[in-house]
Amino acid sequence: MGGFSQMKLAVNFLTIGLVLLSLPCGSYTEIPPKPPGSVTVLPPVKPAGGPQAFPDAENSNLPVFTMNYPRIQVPFEVTLWVLLASFAKIGFHVYHKITFWVPESCLLISIGLIVGAIMHSVHEEPPAVLSYNVFFLFMLPPIVLESGYFMPTRPFFENVGTVLWFAVVGTLWNSIGIGMSLYAVCQIEAFEVQDINLQENMLFAAIISAVDPVAVLSVFEDVSVNEQLYIVVFGECLFNDAVTVVLYNMFNFVAEMPMVEPVDVFLGVARFFVVGLGGMGFGVIFGFVASFTTRFTSNVREIEPLFIFMYSYLAYLVAELFSISSIMAIVTCALTMKYYVEENVSQRSCTTIRHVVKMLGTISETLIFFFLGVVTITTEHEWNWGYIMFTLLLALVWRGLGVLVLTQIINPFRTIPFNFKDQFILGYGGLRGAISFALVFTLPDSIGRKKLFVTTTICMIMFTVFIQGISIRPLIEFINVRRTNRNLETINVEIHSRLIEHTISGVEDLCGQWSHYYWKDKFLKFNNRILRKILIRDNRAESSIVALYKKLELQNAMEILDTVSGDINAGSSIVPLHEEKKGSGKPKRKFVAADLMNMHDILSKNMYKIRQRTTAYTTKHSLPNDSRTKEILIRRHTSIRRSLRPGSLNGPNEAKSQKYFSLPPGKSLDSKFPPQRLRHTGNDDDETMSEVDYPSARSRFNQPSRSSSRAMLPLRRLNTLTEVPSSSVVDLVDERSGGRGAWGRGMSRLNSSSSDSRIPVPRHDPSNGPDNGSSGDHDSGDHRPEGEQQPLSPTPAWAAEPGERDDSGTQKPLLRPQWKTRKP
Amino acid sequence: MQETGFTPAHIVRLYDRFEALDKEKTGLLRPQDFGAINGLAMNPIGDRIIGAFFSPGQETVDFHSFVRILAHFRPEDKKRPKDPSMPEPVNSRTSKIKFAFQLYDQDKDGKISRAELLQVLRSMLEMQVTEEQLESIADRTIQEADLDKDDAISFEEFRKSLEKVNIDHKMSIRFLR
Repeated sequence: MGGFSQMKLAVNFLTIGLVLLSLPCGSYTEIPPKPPGSVTVLPPVKPAGGPQAFPDAENSNLPVFTMNYPRIQVPFEVTLWVLLASFAKIGFHVYHKITFWVPESCLLISIGLIVGAIMHSVHEEPPAVLSYNVFFLFMLPPIVLESGYFMPTRPFFENVGTVLWFAVVGTLWNSIGIGMSLYAVCQIEAFEVQDINLQENMLFAAIISAVDPVAVLSVFEDVSVNEQLYIVVFGECLFNDAVTVVLYNMFNFVAEMPMVEPVDVFLGVARFFVVGLGGMGFGVIFGFVASFTTRFTSNVREIEPLFIFMYSYLAYLVAELFSISSIMAIVTCALTMKYYVEENVSQRSCTTIRHVVKMLGTISETLIFFFLGVVTITTEHEWNWGYIMFTLLLALVWRGLGVLVLTQIINPFRTIPFNFKDQFILGYGGLRGAISFALVFTLPDSIGRKKLFVTTTICMIMFTVFIQGISIRPLIEFINVRRTNRNLETINVEIHSRLIEHTISGVEDLCGQWSHYYWKDKFLKFNNRILRKILIRDNRAESSIVALYKKLELQNAMEILDTVSGDINAGSSIVPLHEEKKGSGKPKRKFVAADLMNMHDILSKNMYKIRQRTTAYTTKHSLPNDSRTKEILIRRHTSIRRSLRPGSLNGPNEAKSQKYFSLPPGKSLDSKFPPQRLRHTGNDDDETMSEVDYPSARSRFNQPSRSSSRAMLPLRRLNTLTEVPSSSVVDLVDERSGGRGAWGRGMSRLNSSSSDSRIPVPRHDPSNGPDNGSSGDHDSGDHRPEGEQQPLSPTPAWAAEPGERDDSGTQKPLLRPQWKTRKP
Repeated sequence: MQETGFTPAHIVRLYDRFEALDKEKTGLLRPQDFGAINGLAMNPIGDRIIGAFFSPGQETVDFHSFVRILAHFRPEDKKRPKDPSMPEPVNSRTSKIKFAFQLYDQDKDGKISRAELLQVLRSMLEMQVTEEQLESIADRTIQEADLDKDDAISFEEFRKSLEKVNIDHKMSIRFLR
């Protein structure tokens, strides 16, 4: 703890130092640089600005050291502010408990408040970065891009109806409801706000019904709220930005008109459609263009990420040009692009893109909240108890009502209806944030009570972010806990429930993209047949799981090389299992309550969570991580290895031969057909695990095949491996699995036959193989000691091979040790 | 397909899915076809789930078995009359529990032995849990459930331990209704 507090102290000092430093440079009113008078704090800058002018050439000598502040002023200040906000962010994460209970947005606002207070006391003006242009052109796009890019597409599309329903109708409901009620409240004389007319009220209501996802989503992830809820909140926040902006512009326009006619209402609706659909259309077009471009960038890998950013930004700007919803444009652009681009670009570019998108988004968000804090102190406020309190109240009420009513209407259409708990969270999770903040500042000054609106909005944001944001986590846990705690869970129940959950998750995956929507299926077919051909470079399928597996193989191959002793460990861990099986005489342990708590703890912390498709994509403050899948894959691999080791006659040889596994460059993997000979033994104490592992190991490998012809299939599959040299270890797996059944053999046969014309004989075998293999070896398939090759008639054919193959040098290293022992 | 209770529309969809999985168009599914599914591969017990589809001794799954196994996950028909003479429908609570039981009991001896339990635990828990912790958890599990003290969990004991759990809720996939 001492370390922490010291670090914190240091960070704080730094922050304060920076603040003080930035104070003198703090005030400017417009982005275009103009040295303001307050710069006098610094040593007077020679107006001559440096070594160029020599006012009195004969008097002053060549200045050795000069300062030219105005020249760098603007970028300097911008950088300082960004740094300041980032230091604040570092500061909070030093002490983890804080970020657990208090969402980051709160913390940032607080620091902003402090800084604002400091600035105010020194009578400085904050930088006016919240001018309309700066916010909407520079600060908003990165946030929206980040949200759009990391949106989990499948759950999103499955729930698109609900999302749009809540976003559009919900926001409309909220704005109109709040607007009307506020107007009614304004009529009450006591509050002295009678001069706010209906249009202005509606405008204001539109502004504050915009929901901001930031705080909510981070809590949602941590508490692993169910996916449906997550995606609806997420989608709603994203799309209601668009609706809000439309409403805002509409009401703004209307507010300036003396009279509202029915025609205008109709036009308003029409405009809404134009804006929404237009935004989406632009986004999709730009997305496609971007994907198409990346098809050709294989030679300019370094600038690949640039295209993503440029195209999405372009989509945004073009949409702004036509005054249609730029947010929708950029979101749809990101959605469309992501799918195709990630297949086209290299792995590194993909990582770079993700990382930069995340970074830009986080910075923008940080800055916005920070400025929220600063500006709160430094703007002029107009406080009106009645108006503000009522706004808060009404916002909550209308949102709650809205959620209730809307859910009732849409529940019958959903496959998984929302229960009351979900609805509560949906309603309570409506925090306001950046968009409202920016919009209120950009209200035209013609509105008389602008300051009041500003104050109210800021209050609203503060209230929701602080109070609702901080309390939502305990509430979620409370509700959850209350549900399941009624029956104290036994360890049994916990384990079995988790097993069941995993099963369900697995079976759902098995059932695949299940859609009740005809259009979705049609789109998928269209996608596969046409779009992919155009937009993706040579249709290579490098799915991330294959890439991940390859990486693991690389690691594992290296491990194998140096862990001979590892065998002993691996082997020994199997032995106890067997002893257990034989009925151990272990005395029954008594479990103390403390033990129990411990166990529950261990289980709840360490059991793999059900694969949350959402959290994999959208962890707000970190990049998606795949350490869990790595663990699973490593474990599978270890179990496979484990079952190979003991009894392996060729243990040391195998270790040695693994060295040859690195594929000699230029040769295709096809030539390394996996000889099922290399089934060392079937050690199968671990039979149950390994037995079933193979199919998945093998086929995971084979997975992304696009070609339709059967013969091509194996070739294609192997081809995906040509890049990674050590994927041969996977071949080891193939071989192991090759023994398991006909399909393995059939495959390997095909592989070799397609690659090597020297061996005509095996071509017959695919017909024999399946028959032979299927003669019931599912259970005992692993026990093929080398000798038992009789069922395989092609044995003699294979026997011919090594002789031929030996000259191919390192290509058949696997064979060598094997055959040495085998040949009679 | 009355026994499974699927509507014809569902069966058509399941057939589409079956065909989509069956890349080699043989009309039968093999383990590697299952393994090609991304999500299953990353599932800690994915291999067991796949194994459950294959009857012992079989290496392929035909459409009939595919549907039959999936029928386990249909939500229960609450309105079904309790007719003791009819065979237990596939998606009844008992059948679902049996399915889960079989995921543990790989050697099909009707009991979940300590070793089998350990295996499942090991696959479901992250790497940092030590072997001792695993063993103590397994011990505790057996202790809690094992009523006849044979150091293994039989199907009846398994069922009893889950009596408070809403199996229908947990083990149903809604869209298969």
